[in-house]
Amino acid sequence: MKGGWGHKLTGYAGASVVLLIGWQLLSLAVDSAALPGPVPAISEFARVFFPELLPHLGVSLWRVVASMVLGTVLAVPLGLAIGRSHRLDAVAAPMIFLTYPVPKVVFLPVLLVLLGLGNASKIALITLIVFFQILVTARDAARSIPSASVLSVRSLGAGRMDVARHVIFPAALPDIFTALRIGSGTAVAVLFLTESIAGNQGLGYYIVDAWGRIDYAGMFAGILGMALLGVVLYEALEMLESRMCRWTHVVR
Amino acid sequence: MGTLSFEKVGLTYTGTDRSVRALEGFDLSVASGESVAIIGPSGCGKSTALLAASGLLQPTAGRVLVDGMSVTGPRLKTALILQDFGLLPWKTVYHNAALGLEIRGIGATEIRQRAMMSLARVGLADFTDAFPGELSGGMRQRLAVARALALDADLLLMDEPLSALDALTREDLQALLLDIWLQAGHTSVLVTHSIEEAVFLGRRIVVLTPRPGRVAAVVDNPGMGEAGYRASSVFYEQCVKLRAILAEEGALQAPVSVGGAL
Repeated sequence: MKGGWGHKLTGYAGASVVLLIGWQLLSLAVDSAALPGPVPAISEFARVFFPELLPHLGVSLWRVVASMVLGTVLAVPLGLAIGRSHRLDAVAAPMIFLTYPVPKVVFLPVLLVLLGLGNASKIALITLIVFFQILVTARDAARSIPSASVLSVRSLGAGRMDVARHVIFPAALPDIFTALRIGSGTAVAVLFLTESIAGNQGLGYYIVDAWGRIDYAGMFAGILGMALLGVVLYEALEMLESRMCRWTHVVR
Repeated sequence: MGTLSFEKVGLTYTGTDRSVRALEGFDLSVASGESVAIIGPSGCGKSTALLAASGLLQPTAGRVLVDGMSVTGPRLKTALILQDFGLLPWKTVYHNAALGLEIRGIGATEIRQRAMMSLARVGLADFTDAFPGELSGGMRQRLAVARALALDADLLLMDEPLSALDALTREDLQALLLDIWLQAGHTSVLVTHSIEEAVFLGRRIVVLTPRPGRVAAVVDNPGMGEAGYRASSVFYEQCVKLRAILAEEGALQAPVSVGGAL
């Protein structure tokens, strides 16, 4: 994709200008210390970024990336297997349909008791949520693969693993990436919740701690850090997708 | 090698609430190096017969033999070309052509050599890094042919391989298939619903009855493969003859004049 980056940066710059103007107007209208305008918020963000914010950002990034990797690695093979096997689906589908709508965040207190206040409980909860989103998507994607695709590869002598590797996995990959990009937003939201409730590390903690000290500029620096985390995750997934799913971008 | 025979083959699909008899008492022998075209009304079990020959479907009665051995699964020297979905859109032209060899666990150097040779044979040597989505319909079908060629098969099974193509591209591909057959001398079985295609590519043309399919008639077509056959009067007469047989079998709604829908 020639000029893709230049085009993208121009788009981001334009969107940022509109958002900043909106933010400025909103803060003027609200006129409260809890909603500083972009100028004080961004200058505070720049001031605390390296000395204070960065370690927390690192911890948060590690937690959310570990959770998403773990959730994906567990859910993709299982989801694809369920989607391709009627027998497995007959057993698994009712369990998925019963458990999927249950909001997993309500298990946070349980996980905190069982796994402690550190990384483990947070990673477990986010993994659980990402796992279900990817599982359902992978299953549906695997089910919709035309049987003729599988037939033609089987005619070449492919066994189960060959079919999984050459047909099922690549066919489901674009859908899995879509689920991951949507899931990254949920993951960051749940990350904030877990970090704001327990522990003394991570951006969620930083934001709530600043809020408690009535340090609204610091609180906004943390919020900007969280936004940065979300954008970085989303962009990373998009880059990974365009590398791994090159065929979806070809135009005749 | 690559002889194929169907012995009283019956195949019934069992669905959830009803079953469909696709083939019944289907007998056919194809000699090594022969080219046979199978034609018949839609849903007569032509494709079913081909899938049984490829080992992807097991007959519910009778048996299918290749080189005298009962077919129980995909065979290394059998290649199957389908009308659609045969190519994997996420693999480049090169990797699509090499897929069968990769699955067979052949060494990388030999894969490269055989895949490149077969791509060159069908005129796709300059498109190795393209994805199927970037190719025209005719080029995609050439790629499917290249993949079969790379396998160095002695039995080539084709299930309406050209039916999605426009008339001119189709003739072009028919000529390519004929050329390859004349050169390589493999056994070839083509399922088609085009009268002209059957006469152009089948030295023997087998007409099937409506479902459950069995052999209704066999037309010998000794002129097939001669230079300029398509423009000859014999070709035309064979088409007329085949059309009459198909009309008798109820494959055509009403006897249509030959010049029309050919």
